[in-house]
Amino acid sequence: MITLEKASEDFAVVNVTRRSFLQGALSASAFVLCVAKAPLLAKAAGNVAPGSVSPSIDATAFHPSIFLGIQPDGTVLIVAHRTEMGNGVRTSLPRIIADELDADWSRVKVIQGDGDERYGSQDTDGSHSVREFFDTLRETGATARLMLVRAAAQQWGVPEAQCEADPVHVVSHKASNRTIGYGELAALAAKQPVPKKEELKLKSPSEWRYIGKPAPGYDVTDVCAGKPLFGMDVRVDGMLYAAIAHPPVLGGKVKSVDDSATLKLKGVKQTIPIDPFTPPHHFQPLGGVAVIADNTWSAFKGRDALKIEWDNGAHVVYNSPDYKKQLQETARQPGKVVHTIGDPDAAFSKGGKLIEAEYYAPHLAHASMEPPVAVADVQGEKVTVWSPTQNPQGVQEEVAKKLGLKKENVTCHVTFLGGGFGRKSKPDYAVEAAVLSKTTGKPVKVVWSREDDIKFDYFHSVAAMYIKAAVDDKGMPKAWLQRSVFPPISSTFDKDAVYGSDGEMSLGWNVIPFDVPNFRSENGKAVNHVRIGWLRSVANIYHAFAVQSFANELAYAANRDPYDYLLALIGSGHVIDAKQPPDVAAKYPYDTARLRHVARLAADKANWGRKKSGNGWGMGIAVHRSFLTYVASVVEVEVDQSGAVRIPNVYTAVDAGIVANPEMVRSQFEGAAVFGTSIARTGEITATNGVIDQSNFHNYPVARMNDAPVQVDVQIVESSAPPAGVGEPGVPPFVPALCNAIYAATGKRVRELPLARNGFA
Amino acid sequence: MVHLKVNGSAQAFDGDPDMPLLWYLRDILGFTGTKFGCGMALCGACTVLENGKAIRSCSTPMKQLEGREITTIEGISTHGPHAVQRAWAAVNVPQCGYCQTGQIMQAISLLSSKPHPTDADIDDEMSGNICRCGTYQRIRAAIKEAAKERA
Ligand code: FES
Ligand code: FES
Repeated sequence: MITLEKASEDFAVVNVTRRSFLQGALSASAFVLCVAKAPLLAKAAGNVAPGSVSPSIDATAFHPSIFLGIQPDGTVLIVAHRTEMGNGVRTSLPRIIADELDADWSRVKVIQGDGDERYGSQDTDGSHSVREFFDTLRETGATARLMLVRAAAQQWGVPEAQCEADPVHVVSHKASNRTIGYGELAALAAKQPVPKKEELKLKSPSEWRYIGKPAPGYDVTDVCAGKPLFGMDVRVDGMLYAAIAHPPVLGGKVKSVDDSATLKLKGVKQTIPIDPFTPPHHFQPLGGVAVIADNTWSAFKGRDALKIEWDNGAHVVYNSPDYKKQLQETARQPGKVVHTIGDPDAAFSKGGKLIEAEYYAPHLAHASMEPPVAVADVQGEKVTVWSPTQNPQGVQEEVAKKLGLKKENVTCHVTFLGGGFGRKSKPDYAVEAAVLSKTTGKPVKVVWSREDDIKFDYFHSVAAMYIKAAVDDKGMPKAWLQRSVFPPISSTFDKDAVYGSDGEMSLGWNVIPFDVPNFRSENGKAVNHVRIGWLRSVANIYHAFAVQSFANELAYAANRDPYDYLLALIGSGHVIDAKQPPDVAAKYPYDTARLRHVARLAADKANWGRKKSGNGWGMGIAVHRSFLTYVASVVEVEVDQSGAVRIPNVYTAVDAGIVANPEMVRSQFEGAAVFGTSIARTGEITATNGVIDQSNFHNYPVARMNDAPVQVDVQIVESSAPPAGVGEPGVPPFVPALCNAIYAATGKRVRELPLARNGFA
Repeated sequence: MVHLKVNGSAQAFDGDPDMPLLWYLRDILGFTGTKFGCGMALCGACTVLENGKAIRSCSTPMKQLEGREITTIEGISTHGPHAVQRAWAAVNVPQCGYCQTGQIMQAISLLSSKPHPTDADIDDEMSGNICRCGTYQRIRAAIKEAAKERA
């Protein structure tokens, strides 16, 4: 769910050596530290007063999550409790622990954590992973290091102060020229009391050996070898395969079904109806009819052969062209006020030059390369699920709810994700697998085809925006009003929700990073007709598109260079009130100086102004802060006579605070430019009579090598600010930067996405 | 009955002759390195080699494969990673990794016909393979790297 940014949760490190964990991954004599959420810890500790959490808690009553184990042979095991989906968390998070531990990275083994609330939030959404766990992970590593040092001091009978973890994976006593390996120390280290936070000495950034240093993905060799890592690859003994005919319109129900042709097919076993959901749809299965077969192909074929008559329900009224008009109409009327600065009405009434524009961005589908898939095995009261999921605890919860079981009875093994982008935090497909396993009494793998994926997504919202500004004689805005209208994500959880949540408004809309004395942001009502979800960078996509396109329009209206004008709009740079919760504002103040800085870096690298725009060549610039990260994009385009757009270069500058792994950050921003290209060029989902018109990559095209940017340059600002998000923030500024470049090249302004609707290809 | 070779071993298939090779490989033989992405020859995730040339296994029915030799990602190298896999690792190409086995198979096919591909050759050959994570620039770099290594 989209919530406001929050500072991190409270964790404590506990010694749990005497418990057996991870199905034998750790040997009995390993030294094991875990990190647990403080409230759970207190709960487990019973009457131990909060704040005095003692490591001697009865471990049999307490099943904590593990982050770190050291084996007697020196192997370090680290649990990645977040989901790997190309975001590099299986590399970045363990390296933070390994750094403070002074471990040898080549002797670190990464284990994927199952779904378990004791990890705290595992929802791998909102670019949270490094940012929320940075301090905790460092403390965990430093705790283990200190315990190892103390163990060595004890063993040698020398003062602790003379021992240090140096050079790597060993403790040394320089005075006597002795060293001892971590593995040998494990047993004794496990007997040390867990040091208090105040005793830990975290490294200074100059001492970091892994944090901030580029490292390739931990799993790169296995991935390239085609190892069975993904949800799609899970095979369980006796497993059956299922394909589901979902109601074509949201909320539709089966009126009648004729499965006679299906049941005649080789490989097909049976058909099973799946109940429709009770609104709101939330993460419930859509309903429909499942075909069970002994292989995926037969299940697909069997589904094609079903003859189903549907009762389509209320959402048949959904027609994209009409709906677009409604949204635009709403955006022209006063809406609910989100935030006001100064007195915009008074400022507008003073007259002056008025500039206004409307923008529109359609629905998008996630289309992650691996469609949704899950295997479930229901055995009496116990369920095991294997699933590519961004939200394993959500899988536990929803499966338990649907089958009327306790959450603890549902085990969720998290596989690799073949992309997620937000889709795989909704566990509807895992619930389908569980329902079918329960009915058949066998493990069942539910495979969504690409058509299922695109037609039955939790779509990124369609949005209409209206902006107007009154400008002075230098062309600078003195008053600014902006309104956005879109069916909100909250409609997935509350069927009556029609306004954007505070969370959505915080995604590039409640405030703008410009020095404008009179400002108001508003939001209008919109009713949903499809499932709305969050997609990589969420509402930032359309909000940044509107705001950054409008800033560019103002520049041309003022007859100024768009980059100079953008800097003037940002002003000299200062902390602005971005309506962040107080703890977030304290840790991550919104400082427009950082935005200004990335704009300069990107423009300098692009050699902005080196060539005159026009005649089919141009550069565009846009800036945006999202997920607490400041990003500037400069996009270079070549547009030929036919309107074919080529993107030879993209220059991105990123200030994400401390960066755990610059190599991963670079890939994320390279990828974001390609993701943005897909959105801008062809991204459009539409509906006719409630049925989604698109179904596969022929009518929902995504960027391929020959239409993606040829070269994406990523500059990362060196910073000591706390780490911020990196998975998503590359997307929002890219799209307006591209559209601004097209304007520079052709004089044609793109106010409605995608480009394909504007005569460009 | 269809007789074919998969990664060097003789196989006989007597199921639905319309079954695409993809599902035979994945569900019946258990070679899950070959991925399902679209089922319509639009994305390349399912790319394998048929007698050394890249094909889309999702759109190749079993009945067409009598006497053919199929190589999947699991069969491209008998000792250690293939040169293309090494180049992929050196450039750190994968993000989620799901498309990458198909990309690698396509690149192997490209390099076998054009050992020193130009940018245009690479674009032509690789544009049928979608990477939703957007690793194209690294794929291009890795192909050049592999070409260098083989030279
Ligand atoms: S799955 Fe075969 S080309 Fe997409
Ligand atoms: S690496 Fe994720 S689709 Fe290519």
